[in-house]
Amino acid sequence: MTGNEAIAQGAIDAGCRFYAGYPITPQNELPAYMAKFMPEAGGIFIQAESEIAAINMVFGASAAGERAMTSSSSPGISLKQEGISYIAGAELPAVIVNIMRGGPGLGNISPSQSDYFQATKGGGHGDYRLIVLAPASVQEAYDFMRDAFELADKYRNPAMILADGMLGQMMEPLQLSDNDNLKSENRKLKTKLWALTGCKGRKPNIVKSFFMREGDLEESNLLLQKKYKTIQDKEERCESLYLDDAQVVFVAYGTMSRIAKAAMNTLRGKGKKVGLIRPQTLWPFPKKIFHRRPHTAHRLRFLVVEMSYGQMLEDVELAVKGKAGVEFLGRSGGGVPTEEEIIKAVLRIKY
Amino acid sequence: MEKIFSRTKSLRDIASHYCPGCGHGVAHRLVAEVIDELGIRERVIAVAPVGCAVIAYDYWDFDCSEAAHGRALAVATAIKRVRPDNIVFTYQGDGDLAAIGTNETIHAANRGENLTVVFINNAVYGMTGGQMAPTTLLGQKTATTPLGREVKYHGYPLKISELLAQLPAVKYAERTSLDSPQGVLKTKTAIKQAFENQINGIGFSLVEILSPCPTYWGLSPKAAMEWIKDDMVKEFPLGRIK
Repeated sequence: MTGNEAIAQGAIDAGCRFYAGYPITPQNELPAYMAKFMPEAGGIFIQAESEIAAINMVFGASAAGERAMTSSSSPGISLKQEGISYIAGAELPAVIVNIMRGGPGLGNISPSQSDYFQATKGGGHGDYRLIVLAPASVQEAYDFMRDAFELADKYRNPAMILADGMLGQMMEPLQLSDNDNLKSENRKLKTKLWALTGCKGRKPNIVKSFFMREGDLEESNLLLQKKYKTIQDKEERCESLYLDDAQVVFVAYGTMSRIAKAAMNTLRGKGKKVGLIRPQTLWPFPKKIFHRRPHTAHRLRFLVVEMSYGQMLEDVELAVKGKAGVEFLGRSGGGVPTEEEIIKAVLRIKY
Repeated sequence: MEKIFSRTKSLRDIASHYCPGCGHGVAHRLVAEVIDELGIRERVIAVAPVGCAVIAYDYWDFDCSEAAHGRALAVATAIKRVRPDNIVFTYQGDGDLAAIGTNETIHAANRGENLTVVFINNAVYGMTGGQMAPTTLLGQKTATTPLGREVKYHGYPLKISELLAQLPAVKYAERTSLDSPQGVLKTKTAIKQAFENQINGIGFSLVEILSPCPTYWGLSPKAAMEWIKDDMVKEFPLGRIK
């Protein structure tokens, strides 16, 4: 299965029963899979007239209590930003998948990680946060869909899967969830007392992000901030390797982390003490892991490797707070840092 | 004494934020009365627009969703698909439905979504201070057409209902007016028809209501009613379009 198809099947197995999207490369296998298999699962597939309509359909489906998602690639995700802001403001759960391609503008269709800022720093207007998960394999692409829907429901917050075109197109063996209990558990949507179902036997529900009365918006935003603090404290996730002895620690996510891992293994074979931090959540960014070991121990250096010109780099610098050296290697616009380039970059570091 | 008239159940007892002489209050009430007469209050899910009617949900006593400006019919499409047994309608102004939301409007109509649309045409953007709307009449002065709307620069008033009526999946389109007691009654009948169509699974149904905006027409409430009769109706003829 390709990463795109694994994401679609992962969503269906996670109990998602509403998909709306608009064609854009390199994620077209995802809606095509949904068009075929979502109706079979008893769900709804809509090819929307635009990216904007698609995200607003997700707003509506989620407001009506369904597990809902959309997917797109970079330029399309830009168009969805208004809708994502409304979803965050109205505290609706939803999942948005971004299979990143090169930008800015129409860019190209090669893999990229240059939407990191957009995904983790807001993207749309207003003080809000997305929960951002970054899978690095087809298996994780599948597994993270369940996590994304669970987190979205738990916090009534939009969650994003941030992957790149390479992961979307890549084929790998995949273990599907064969736990039917789990699948049916996912279908038993936790009682969403706020959802629009018709006001039979209760007071009317209103789904909105509009707070006109003086003080109401500030109060609502403070509640959002409290929620974001909880998410930051509880949900940061990463994989780490060889942090105990490493002198140089790679920091990379998604496809890029696989190449960094290959470089790490080659270097360790030659006796170089290198390690890896692979954030699985980009927001909340896994800050704590950067302080697991006193940085003074071995004059620790971090080497951030990205398919961008340094976006996650800023979060690493914030996490490290100047207490260790932070180096950077990045390419963008279709360029992907190679294992050889990473190894050269490590050998250039004086420590 | 026998009580022969009272506030309909679906309309909340709160002060109105609308300007004196505005048509929204009447239209809100008509929608609420129709919903109560059809006995569907507990099944209704409304989608409110961005514009003067943005807080319609403060007046109505049933489930409501907000929608981003122009996106009401995308939101409503999804709600209806997820909950086909509910009665879903949008309430939108001319800027929302026929300018920023034209795409969502045409495509929801073309898909034949089984929805009810209440479309308020007052030929102006009210909420933002009286700018030109797609439905502004030729010669009409607004904040952004200080010399009046001119074909050369602004094109013609957009007859979105006639445009939508061309689509095979649109089952009902009617234009009414709030300019007189008779007009109000006809409007209520049309709204009821549009809801009954949805209940009976007939499909996309739209009522366009010519509605006064004395504030941004620079007219008294009474003169605004006359302006609908004398000027607006010439551009937007009343009656069943489809």
